[in-house]
Amino acid sequence: MDTILSVSHVSKSYGTADHRLKVLDDIHFDILAGDTVAIIGPSGSGKTTLLGLCAGLDRPTEGSIRLNGISLESLDEDQRARVRNQHIGFVFQNFQLLPTLTALENVMVPMELQGLKNIRSHAMDLLSKVGLANRQDHYPVQLSGGEQQRVSIARAFSNQPRILFADEPTGNLDAENSELIERLLFDLNREAGTTLVVVTHNPELAAKTGRIIALKGGKVISDLNTSSEKTSN
Amino acid sequence: MITSSRPSGPSVAWLFKMAWRDSRRNRSRLFLFISSIILGIAALVSVQSLSDSLRSEIERQAAELVGADLVISGNKALNEDLGKLADSLGDRRASQKSFPSMALFLKSGGARLVQVRALEGDYPFYGQLKTIPANAGRSFRDRQEILVDKGLLLQFNGEVGDTVQLGMTTFRIAGMLESAPGQTGLTSAVAPVIFMPMRYLPETGLEQFGSRINHARYIKFDRKTDVAGLVERIEDRIEGAGYELTTIERQQEQTSRSFRDVGRFLSLIGFVALLLGCIGVASAIHVYIREKIGTIAILRCLGATSQQAFLIYLFQILTFGGLGSMVGAMLGSALQFYLPVLLKDILPVSVEARISWQAIGSGLGLGLIISLLFALAPLLSIRRISPLNTLRMDFQSDKGDRLTSLFVYLLMLAFIWGFSFLQIRQALPSLYFTLAVVVSFLILAGFARLLMWTVKRFFPSGWPYVWRQGLANLYRPQNQTLVLLMSIGLGTALFCTVLFIQSILLDRVRLSTTGAQPNIVVFDIQESQRDSIVAISKRQGLNVSGTVPIVTMRLTSVNQIDIDSLRKDTSLPMRPWLFNREYRVTFRDTLLASERIKKGEWTGVWKDQTKAPLISLEEGLAKRNGIKLGDTLTFDVQGAPMATIVGSLRQVEWNRIQTNFLVLFPAGVLEKAPKFHVLVSRVESQEESARYQQAVVKAFPNVSIIDLGLVLDVVSTLLDKIGFVIRFMALYCMATGVVVLIASVLISKYQRMRESVLLRTIGASRRQILAITAIEYLMLGAMAALTGILLAMGGSWILAEQVFDTAFRPQWMPVISVFTGVCLLTVAIGMANSRQVVNRPPLEVLRDAS
Repeated sequence: MDTILSVSHVSKSYGTADHRLKVLDDIHFDILAGDTVAIIGPSGSGKTTLLGLCAGLDRPTEGSIRLNGISLESLDEDQRARVRNQHIGFVFQNFQLLPTLTALENVMVPMELQGLKNIRSHAMDLLSKVGLANRQDHYPVQLSGGEQQRVSIARAFSNQPRILFADEPTGNLDAENSELIERLLFDLNREAGTTLVVVTHNPELAAKTGRIIALKGGKVISDLNTSSEKTSN
Repeated sequence: MITSSRPSGPSVAWLFKMAWRDSRRNRSRLFLFISSIILGIAALVSVQSLSDSLRSEIERQAAELVGADLVISGNKALNEDLGKLADSLGDRRASQKSFPSMALFLKSGGARLVQVRALEGDYPFYGQLKTIPANAGRSFRDRQEILVDKGLLLQFNGEVGDTVQLGMTTFRIAGMLESAPGQTGLTSAVAPVIFMPMRYLPETGLEQFGSRINHARYIKFDRKTDVAGLVERIEDRIEGAGYELTTIERQQEQTSRSFRDVGRFLSLIGFVALLLGCIGVASAIHVYIREKIGTIAILRCLGATSQQAFLIYLFQILTFGGLGSMVGAMLGSALQFYLPVLLKDILPVSVEARISWQAIGSGLGLGLIISLLFALAPLLSIRRISPLNTLRMDFQSDKGDRLTSLFVYLLMLAFIWGFSFLQIRQALPSLYFTLAVVVSFLILAGFARLLMWTVKRFFPSGWPYVWRQGLANLYRPQNQTLVLLMSIGLGTALFCTVLFIQSILLDRVRLSTTGAQPNIVVFDIQESQRDSIVAISKRQGLNVSGTVPIVTMRLTSVNQIDIDSLRKDTSLPMRPWLFNREYRVTFRDTLLASERIKKGEWTGVWKDQTKAPLISLEEGLAKRNGIKLGDTLTFDVQGAPMATIVGSLRQVEWNRIQTNFLVLFPAGVLEKAPKFHVLVSRVESQEESARYQQAVVKAFPNVSIIDLGLVLDVVSTLLDKIGFVIRFMALYCMATGVVVLIASVLISKYQRMRESVLLRTIGASRRQILAITAIEYLMLGAMAALTGILLAMGGSWILAEQVFDTAFRPQWMPVISVFTGVCLLTVAIGMANSRQVVNRPPLEVLRDAS
């Protein structure tokens, strides 16, 4: 299989020259297309920073990142925005729906940003898949947390991304909704053949992925392929 | 099926759509933010609309302003040559002699100085003398009757049919004069008019030596005539002889110019109101964009470029800026129907307000430009909002690009200068205006920062909680101190400056009427009447030390340079009026306390009759015309030439009420020349003044009396009328300040609601929350009012010292009223805003705000 994401000796520091805080230190791994990967670690281990770098939301201080064959560090912010729009889907812990748009409009936005037409039925299909077809005209404030996250998942798949980044997707939800979101996330991912990278400190969610990369103090402390274990079991 | 027509990205139409969608839950707030510019735009549109209407009315009614096609006028009768020329011009002619004189209303016994206009012929040829009864404007010309100004008639409770004594003749009042060509409410207030038939002028005895009579010849062309061409041919002859030529075109030009200046001045005040609103817009948009960081970060995360995110909000601001401008333009168009009522005493023509599409168009354009310009700085910050804010809301983007900010500020300055240049049409004064605006803003901003620093630095930690919380609100993040101090402060400053200047001008006149200063002047006293008038004055209990002799003369040359050589050589420093005016000169052997020799030596008595007498000139007159010590000035003293030498230059205190002179002769020169006298004295009450005037006018109807109490009234009326217009515009600025205040308070409502609710949740009482708010807004109102008043005092002090040459003594009562008013208003608006927070359950408020 092809490598969809290649993280090569990436470091990230913040602060001034005198007071540098190294958040990530020499991170190095590849992810193959179609894989499901969990990035785990305690708070402050650098998980979210790593996700931000992999998704082109920020630039590494050192090292390089290639996403779908595109070297991200050579791109400016607007070029990276285009890469995100065409290749990446996002699911956030706090849903991050646009508050002034309805559920349907939220799902349509990534496609509209690509300049695509006749997208309404596709967006409705996605809303149906997450069970919210009847809530298409509702605004985020009129939806529960679980429903908002389902709209967020529909939006993440709307632009048919090659890779989907999820930052603590069940972090703000109760057990029942968490279960539902996890199932939707993995089912839709399987159906679309998308690569899934989940940042979490929920071991149960991590265990559902094929590979677990563990971070501590900004370094990779383990990189386990759990799919072979699952297969061998 | 999904199709891709533009795979490169979204269309502009989508950006508009997104802007509209994004505004869904913010439209009323956005409109509120933009509403700060509504009043400013309304002011400018109304002033420009009125100017447009006025311009077209002046064009339409120009002929009625003059009353004829051509007017030749001057302060001496036309000589034979010019008389013949005037008689040969046009198809119909009329003459007028106008002069100040006393009018004695026989029924009430009241006397007052008026402007008599003695008419011969059918003047006005355009327009009419509007009278009650209507036919009086024509009928009075054939009888011993007069038309009396409406205000004057009301002042003395006169009515049609009463008799008035002018000079030595009595006239029946034929009608009440409502309007005459070129007369405005102001001119009536300053010098009320009485029209009389010219053929009765000799009987009045008012046309005598020393009378200051203006002669005018009105000419009407019934056949088509090239008046401009004719004027070009005769103007040198007429103006060379010291007369003035007025045509309809010239009058139209002059009137338009005067009122264009008034319009531009009012526009500049309106512009200040608009700028105040802009501060409100800039501050509100800044807060708005800060609240939108989350949304913008999501859009960036989903693939929107920085430019697309910028455009979405730019379209939003432009849409609401356009809406605000439209409302402003509509309001301005409606307001201009009121302005002619407001300005009715000043306007020279009747104005019917009309919708001016040009004014509306420029108002809309201006609104769009200004909302864009002042929202640009916060809008540009959108480009720096990182998609990382989706993961971490506390993520701080890089600091803004200083060069871009500098560029935006320079654009704003260029815009302010550009707009003022369009009004003033002169680069340097426009620059001064821009600098004045910037300096005022900087001072207000400086005060705001000083207040925040002081409160923080000397924070009263031991004070009760509500005081500490209220004071802390002044400097903590997202405070409104800067924007409120600037908007309310500048409004207050403008308003107070107008008040102060008005009182400076009134003080100058009032000073002359207080203490032991003379306050009544009797002039036009003939030599033969002098002793009798002094005797009457003494009998009436007035303190009279004597009279001042006055000799009239004209200047014919300065060092052999006369008016003709001055016309040929434009490089000479002298001005034509130096030769055209009539000089009223006195002679004495000593200087008065109000005179001081600045150059040369004062010679009190002309002893060496073989040499030309040494005279003293007022230093300003000499300076303006390049006249130096030792120069020879030749006068025409009623037909006799007289050469004089400039022996000294003197400084004269003109603001003293006494007879002051540009040219002073020593004793021993003019004693034998025909002369008249002026008497200066003091009356202690209005009743004494009325009694004295009546006694003098009854005995000597030709003399004129000026009661300075009356002058003070006239100046007061004048300032009231002009000041009212300026105060109205200043109030406009204040109103804008209030709108900015309301908008800012509402912005802070969204920001502080959570905090107030939190305070309520943990047990703060309704009273405590209201007290915190009251303290914060009381401080803001008090500081804004104080800064504004101080700014106004500074500006007025400079104006008093530099322009009006007087000491500045502020009136404290109006200042205290303004201060209290501003404080109360600020607190009231702040408290009204907090009512929602204190009167509803915390959870309900939070749910609404989310």
